Amino acid sequence: MPEPFRHWFAARGWQARPHQLAMLGAAEAGRDTLLIAPTGGGKTLAGFLPSLVELTRAPTPGLHTLYVSPLKALTTDIARNLATPIEEMALPVSFAVRTGDTPANRRRRQRTQPPHILLTTPESLALLLSYEDAPAYFGKLRCVILDELHSIAESKRGALLALGMARLRGLAPAARFVGLSATVADPPQLLRFLSPDDERSHIVEADPGADPLIEIELPDGRMPWAGHIALYAAEAVYRRIQAVRTALVFVNTRAQAELFFAALWRINDANLAIALHHGSLATEQRRKVEAAMAAGALRAVVCTSSLDLGIDWGDVDLVVQVGAPKGSSRLLQRIGRANHRLDEASRAVLVPANRFEVLECRAALDAVRAGTLDGAPQVQPALDVLAQHLTGVACSGPFDADALFDEVRLAQPYAGLCRADFDAVLAFVATGGYALGQYERYRRLARGADGLWRLTDRRLVRSYRMNIGTIVEAPVMRVKLGRGRSLGEIEEYFVSLLTPGDTFLFAGRLLAFEGIRNNEVIASPAKNGGEPKIPAYAGGRLPLSTHLADRVRAMLAHPEGWDALPESVREWLDIQRRCSILPAPDELLVESFWRGGRHYLVAYSFVGRNAHQTLGMLLTRRLERIGARPLGFVASDYCIATWSLGDCPDVAALFDVDMLGDDLEAWTAESSMLKRIFRNCAVVAGLIERRQPGQEKTGRQVTFNADLIYDVLRKYEPDHVLLRAARLEAAASLTDVRRLADFLTSVEGRIRHQKLDRISPFAVSIIATIGREFVPGAEGDETLDELTAALVAEALADPLTGEVPA
Amino acid sequence: MEAASASLEHGGEAMRLDPSGVLWLEAGATLVVADLHLEKGSAFARRGTLLPPYDTARTLRRLGWAIERYRPRVVVSLGDAFHDRAGAAGLTADDRRELAALAAGRTWLWIRGNHDPDPPRGLAGESLPSLALGRLQLRHLPDPADDGAAVVAGHLHPKARLVQGPRKAIRPCFAADAQLLLLPAFGAYTGGLNVLDPAIRGLFRSGFTAFMLGRSRVYRVDHRHLHPDPPDWRRYRLEGG
Repeated sequence: MPEPFRHWFAARGWQARPHQLAMLGAAEAGRDTLLIAPTGGGKTLAGFLPSLVELTRAPTPGLHTLYVSPLKALTTDIARNLATPIEEMALPVSFAVRTGDTPANRRRRQRTQPPHILLTTPESLALLLSYEDAPAYFGKLRCVILDELHSIAESKRGALLALGMARLRGLAPAARFVGLSATVADPPQLLRFLSPDDERSHIVEADPGADPLIEIELPDGRMPWAGHIALYAAEAVYRRIQAVRTALVFVNTRAQAELFFAALWRINDANLAIALHHGSLATEQRRKVEAAMAAGALRAVVCTSSLDLGIDWGDVDLVVQVGAPKGSSRLLQRIGRANHRLDEASRAVLVPANRFEVLECRAALDAVRAGTLDGAPQVQPALDVLAQHLTGVACSGPFDADALFDEVRLAQPYAGLCRADFDAVLAFVATGGYALGQYERYRRLARGADGLWRLTDRRLVRSYRMNIGTIVEAPVMRVKLGRGRSLGEIEEYFVSLLTPGDTFLFAGRLLAFEGIRNNEVIASPAKNGGEPKIPAYAGGRLPLSTHLADRVRAMLAHPEGWDALPESVREWLDIQRRCSILPAPDELLVESFWRGGRHYLVAYSFVGRNAHQTLGMLLTRRLERIGARPLGFVASDYCIATWSLGDCPDVAALFDVDMLGDDLEAWTAESSMLKRIFRNCAVVAGLIERRQPGQEKTGRQVTFNADLIYDVLRKYEPDHVLLRAARLEAAASLTDVRRLADFLTSVEGRIRHQKLDRISPFAVSIIATIGREFVPGAEGDETLDELTAALVAEALADPLTGEVPA
Repeated sequence: MEAASASLEHGGEAMRLDPSGVLWLEAGATLVVADLHLEKGSAFARRGTLLPPYDTARTLRRLGWAIERYRPRVVVSLGDAFHDRAGAAGLTADDRRELAALAAGRTWLWIRGNHDPDPPRGLAGESLPSLALGRLQLRHLPDPADDGAAVVAGHLHPKARLVQGPRKAIRPCFAADAQLLLLPAFGAYTGGLNVLDPAIRGLFRSGFTAFMLGRSRVYRVDHRHLHPDPPDWRRYRLEGG
C-alpha cells in the first residue's frame, strides 16, 4: 500500500485485513475476483481500495471504476462512505452517483466529464451502454465492482446485468471484474456469473467472524395454532427492544410490517423511537428513517426485505425476525445486519407466529449453526431480457450479429444460448419476428450491405430508454395526506376495495379514505375504531426453501429431537401422532375428514406456498372430474387443504404425479399466471410500453391489451419467441412446480391416507385460515355462471378461493 | 356445442344476441356486427409497435363462424370495420379473399364509423351512413333517431364487470333499454369500456340490461348488479382535481 494509505489506516488504529490485501494483490495481477465476506467485514473498502491506490499512483482522466449496486439507496450510501477516505487522504479521485433519480444537468456533466468512479444501478448501466459514445465512455475502464452480487445474480435483473457485463468486457478489455457477496451456498456458481474465464478468476473469502447467537422467542402462554403475523409476541419483542440500544425488527410482508409496527406503538409506554421501513413508503420517508438510523437516533425499525441490504450501521445490536425466516440464507443475511464488529457475535431472536413456524424456526437455527445454506436457482436465459438488450445495442450503433452472438454468450445465463434462439430474438426486435412476414416495411432494424445491423426507426431509441428494466410492477397510486405530503404508494387493486370513510393502515398511520384527486389517493388521519383494512401487495412473499422444508420433515420423524421444542409444541406433535400420524420424510401424509357437511382433504407436502397453489389448482380440477364437487382450497408453506361437497374414494390416484403432465399443461395455457408472465415479457421485450408515472393510461389497460395479444398469438403462432419466453419463465418461476414434481415422484407409492373422524391438530393450522387470505379471483365462465346464479337467487354460495398471484 | 343466444325484442323487432357478439335480426335474416377494427395490428405497426399481425385473420375467422351458423341474407357492419383509413388498402391477399368469400351470395352493408369515414375501396358491399331496417335505426354512433325509432349502435365497446368478494368477471356485453341497443366490439384487438362509465351509462335514461358474453351463452344482468372499474374515479373524485 502506498504511504498515504498506510498512514490513514494507522491513524484510525486499523490494520488492513487479509482479504483487503488479497484484493490489492488480485488487482495487480488483473484477475476477476469474487470477494465473499460477512457484512461488517470492510467489504466495500476492500472492493474500492485497489482503485483508489491505482488512481493515486497514476491519476488519469476518464472513467476508471464502475460500481453497480442493486439498490439506488446503496449507491448514495456508498458514495458517502467513499468520500471519507478520499477527503481524509486528499486523494486526486473524483466520483459521482448516476441513477434514475440523478438530475438531467448532472447526468449531462457526467457524460462530458466522466468521474474516476461512477456509482450506478444495472438499469442505469444499460442506459449508459445504449448511448452512441459508450465505447469512448467505457473504453478506459479498469475495474467493475458489482455489489451484493448474490442478491441480484439469481433474478431476472441478473440476466440484464450479465448482458451489460458482457458488453463492458467487449468495450473495456482491460477491465477486471470484482464481485462483492455475502456468504452463499455455492461460491463457484456465483464466480461463473462474475467471470466467464476460469483461468483469470478466483475467490477471496474473508474471515466469517464469530458465530451468531440465535434464540427462539416463545410465548409465556400457549403458542398460537395459526396465523403468520405473530401479534401475540409484540410485548416480548418490545421488552427485547428496551433491553438493547438499537434493534432491527424484520418481518416477511409489508402488511405484516404495518400491523406489527402498530402493535408495538400501542404498548410503547416508554415512547421509544420505533420507526417503520418498507418498499411502498415514500422515498423521502425511507431516507429519513435511514438517516435517523445512521445517526443512532432510533431504538428500533420494523422493516421488510427493504433493509436486507444496505450500508453498515455499526450500532445495531439485535436482529429480531418476526415470523419464520423461510430460508437459512435469508436469515443469515438479516442476522448479518446486527453488530458489524467482526470479533463479536451478532445476536438474533426468531419469533415464530404459529406451531409449524416453531418447527421452521428451529430448522433455520439448526441450519445456521451447521452452516448450511439454501441453494440458489440458476438464472434463466430470459429471451425477453435479451430482446431488450439487443434493442439497447442497436441504439448504441451498428453491430455484427455473429460478434454480438459470441459476446452475449459470455454472459453466464446465456452461455448455452443457441443461435436459433438468438436469431429469433433479433428478428423480433427487427420486425416483430412473425412467421407472416407482413411487417417488412415497418422494420426497426435492417442489415446493410456491409453485413451490419442498423437502426432504421429512431422512435425505437426513445421507447427503449423509457422502458429499461426487468421489473413490471402492479399499478399503484400515491397516497397523500390531505393536500400535504406523499406517504407512499398502494396498489390500485386495494384502492378499489375502499369506499370513502373506510380506514386503512399505511405508513404507520391509521388513515381514512377521502377520495381521489389527480390520480392520487387522498387520505386523512383517522380516529381509532372499527377494523382498518391493510393494503396487501401481490408477490414479495418468499416460499419456504427446500432446504428448510427437508429439515422440518426430518424433525417430525425424529421425536428424540423434540426436547429442543417448547412444551406446547411437543404436546401438539404428540396429539397429532395419536389422532393421526406423523409422516416419515419419504412419505406424504393426506388426511381426510368431514366437517360441517364438507369433505376436507389436507396434504402435508411441505413444498412451499407457490407450489401448493399450483397443487391446489390441479387437485380441484381432478376432484371436479371425479364428481367430488370441490368448493375451494387454501395453501400454506406446509400444506394444502381442499374442501368439497363429495367424498374422494381414491386419494393415492388423486396425487398421482401424472397430474403435472396433462393437467398442468391444460391449466397453464388457460391460467392467468401465464397471461401475467406474458404481459411482463411483452413489456420487458419492448412489444408494449410500460406505464410511465403520471400517464393517464392505466396498468389495467396494458393488461387488457396484452391478454388480447396473447390470445391471438397463441392461436396463430404458438411458437413465437415471446410465447416461448413466457413459457420458459413460467417453467423457471415454477421451480416450484419442478419442486412439486420431484416431491410427488419421491413419495409415489408412499402416500399415507388417514381417514379421520374429526380435524387433526395439524389441520387446524390451515383450516383456521380459510376465508382470511387475500385472494384475487379466477375469471372463468364458471365464475360468471355462479355469479349470475347467485345474483338471481340472491343467495351467496360459499366463497370459492381461487388463484393467488405468485 | 351449440352456443346459446339470448332473445330480445327491441323496437318491436325480434332478435337474438349471440355469445360471439353478433346480433341476429329474424326479419330480413340480417346479421349485425360492430367495431371489427380490422388492421388494427398494422395500424400500430406503422407507429412502431409491432403487434402480432393476425388480428384481421382472427376477426374474420370468428365472423365466418357466425355467418356459417346463421346463414344471413344480409350482413351489416355497424361502423369502425377498419381501424383507420389505410385499413382497407392494407389487407393481405388472404384476408381480402376471406372477406370476399364471406360476402359472396349475400348483401353486405358497410355503415360508416368515425375510424373509417370513407367507403372501403376495392371491397364488395355498399357503404351507407346509417340504415333503417324495419322499425329500427342502425348506425355507428348511439345518437337518438330523429323519428324516435329504436336505435342499434356500436362505437363504445361496452363491457361489464361483476364482482363477488374476491371473484370477478369482466366481459364484453350488449347493453339495452327500450330505445337503444349497444353492440359489443367484435375485433380481436378491441378493448372495452365499462358500461357504468358516464359515456355509456349516460345514454340510458333509467335502467338498462347488460348481456355479458360467456363462452357458450349470454348472461343477462341488470345494471344494478354491475360494478364499475376500480378505482371508481367517478364516485370518489374530489373537488379541484
